[in-house]
Amino acid sequence: MSLKKVSKNQPETFEFNEEALGVAKKIISNYPNGKQQSAVMALLYIAQRQNNNWIPLAAMKYIAKYLNMPYIKVYEVATFYTMYNLSPVGEYFIQVCTTTPCMLRGAYKLVNICKNKISKKESEISKDGKMSWMEVECLGACVNAPMMQINDDYFEDLNEIKLEKIIDNIKEGRKIEPGSYKGRKSSEPENNRSTLMESKNA
Amino acid sequence: MLEDKDRIFKNLYNDFSSDLLSAKKRGDWSKTKDICEKGRDWIINEIKDSQLRGRGGAGFPTGLKWSFAPKEVGSRPHYLVINADESEPGTCKDRDILRFEPHKLIEGCLISSYAVNAHVCYIYIRGEYIAEGAKLQKAIDEAYESGLIGKNSCGTGWDLDIYLHYGAGAYICGEETALLESLEGKKGQPRLKPPFPALIGLYGCPTIINNVETISVVPTILRRGAKWFSSLGRERNTGTKIYCISGNVNNPCNVEEEMGVPLKDLIEKHAGGVVGGWDNLKAVIPGGSSMPLLPKHICDTIKMDFDACVENKTGLGTAGIVVINNDQDIIKCMARIARFYKHESCGQCTPCREGSGWMWRMLERMAKGEASREEVDMLMDVTKQIEGHTICAFGEGSSWPVQGLLRHFKKEIEERNNFNPLVNRGQKNPYLVDQHLLEKENA
Repeated sequence: MSLKKVSKNQPETFEFNEEALGVAKKIISNYPNGKQQSAVMALLYIAQRQNNNWIPLAAMKYIAKYLNMPYIKVYEVATFYTMYNLSPVGEYFIQVCTTTPCMLRGAYKLVNICKNKISKKESEISKDGKMSWMEVECLGACVNAPMMQINDDYFEDLNEIKLEKIIDNIKEGRKIEPGSYKGRKSSEPENNRSTLMESKNA
Repeated sequence: MLEDKDRIFKNLYNDFSSDLLSAKKRGDWSKTKDICEKGRDWIINEIKDSQLRGRGGAGFPTGLKWSFAPKEVGSRPHYLVINADESEPGTCKDRDILRFEPHKLIEGCLISSYAVNAHVCYIYIRGEYIAEGAKLQKAIDEAYESGLIGKNSCGTGWDLDIYLHYGAGAYICGEETALLESLEGKKGQPRLKPPFPALIGLYGCPTIINNVETISVVPTILRRGAKWFSSLGRERNTGTKIYCISGNVNNPCNVEEEMGVPLKDLIEKHAGGVVGGWDNLKAVIPGGSSMPLLPKHICDTIKMDFDACVENKTGLGTAGIVVINNDQDIIKCMARIARFYKHESCGQCTPCREGSGWMWRMLERMAKGEASREEVDMLMDVTKQIEGHTICAFGEGSSWPVQGLLRHFKKEIEERNNFNPLVNRGQKNPYLVDQHLLEKENA
C-alpha cells in the first residue's frame, strides 16, 4: 500500500467554481438516481484541477456535503488512489515510470537526472517552484519505454539527453512537446514493420 | 504468420484516422443492425462457437460469461462494464484500441449490451489515460450524433447509453469486483465471490464485465463468422491476439498475431530480435508481470496461447511479453516487480498486504547478496502462504512471479547468497518471527 502524506498547510475553505459545478453536475447525471456517490472520484479530480493539482481537506469536506455522503468515505477514496495529490506539487508534475519494463530500458537513469536537475528527494518541489517529480508504477505504455507523464501528457521513448532538454525547456518557460521522442506515431516497431504493410502506403 | 486480411485491428499503427468516417471505411458499423436482428441467442451461440476467451488475463470463455446473465430483465436493470483499467506491467494493447480503434469498441459495446440486455454501459478507463479517454469520448460523441448509440441505436430499436468513468491510478481496480466497488465510489477493494457479478454486480444488479480487446473483436467475429475466427489458432485457443513486446528487444512493438504463434517468431520477426542476439536471452515474462517467467530453453520452443503457457507452468495473461537479456540482473528485475505488488496491494487481506512487502524486502536483499542461504526456501514458503489465501487473484499475481524466479533461477540466487543463517541452533539471539524455518528439522 502506498503511504500518502496530507499537507500540513491547509486552506480554510474550498468551493467549486462555476465551471467545475457545471462539469460536476453533468458527471453526476451519468449515474442512476440516488447513486451520486459514484461521482466522487471524478469530483475529487475536478477539485484537484481547480486547486493547482492537489486536494486540500476542505475540498473533501465540500465534496462529501455536495454528494451527501460521509466525509470519511471521501477521505478513504482520496487516500486510496495514487493519482490524488494530498499535498502541493510543482506546476509541472513529473511522474517517472520505473516498473520493470521501463527499468529494463533505463528508467533509473531518468530518475538520476530528475534528482540532479529538479530536487534530490522525490515529491519535493524544485527551488523555482516549477517542478516536482516522483517515481510511479506502470503507466501502461511499456512498448514506448522509458516514459514519463508530465501533468496530463505522456512523454515516450526518452533518454537522458532528451529528458535534460525537456527539463531545461520547462525551466526557461518554453513549450514542451508530448508524445514519442523518437518520432513514433504509435506502438509500431521503430523500423522494419512486418505487418499491415498495405496500410502503411495507404 | 497471420495474413493482413485476417487482422482485426487494421488501424493498430495509426495509419488511418480514428474518426467515424475512416472507421466505416475499414468495415466498422456495417451490418450492425442485421447482427442484432438475428437475436440474442444467436449472438451468444456464435460467440460460444468462436471459442473466444477473455483477453484481460484470465481467459474465461466470453460466450459462457454472457450466458450467465439472467435471460429476462427482472426488477433490476442489467449493466455492461468495460474494463479499460489496463495497468499490468508489460501491457499496452488496450491503449492502442482506445486511441486508434475506438469505434470497434463502441460497436462491440452495442452488440454485447444487446446480447446481455443492458441499456447502460460504463467504460472504466484508467485515470492516467487522459488523452486516450478524450479520443474515446470524441468517438462516443460522434456515435451519438450519428444515431449509432443512444435512443434506437443504429436502428435496432435498442436504447444504449455509454459513459466513461475514470479511475485514479489503482492497479487493483483491474480486478472485476474491485472495479465495481470503484465505480460505486468506494475504495477499490475486491468483493468475495460468489455472488458473481453476472447476478449481483454494479449497484447489486446483474453486470457483465469484459476487457476492451474482448469486446472490440466481437463485431468482426459476428460479421465474418465464428467459423473464420475458430479456424485461426487451435482448439480452445482460437483467434487473434494483440501481443505487446517490450524490454530488451531491438524494436519494441504491439503486433496482432494468431493465437499460438511461437514466442521466438514474435521476438525475432516482429520485434527485431533480442538486444545482443537470441543467445543473449535470459528470460521472458510471457503474460504481464503477474505470470511466472520462462528461461531461455523454454522460450526456444513455446507457442503463445493459453493452454501451451499453462503446460509450461505459466500463463498467457494479457500477452504482455517482457524480454530480459543477460545484461540485466534477473533478481533485481523481479525485486522491482515485487515492489510493484507491494505498492499496489489494496490492503484488504493480511497475507497479501504483509506478504507482498516481505517478498519485496527479501528479494532486494537477495539482489545485493545479503540474504542467508536458508532464506531462499523461506521466500518460497512466504509465496505459498499468500497464494490461495486472499479474496482476489492478486495474491497469486504477486506470488507467481517470485515462484517463477525460484523455479528457474534458484541456483543463481543461492550462489549470490551463500552464507549461513544468522541464527543457528543454540545461539543466544533474540527470537525471530521465522526462526522455526531456520531450524532444519522444522523446515
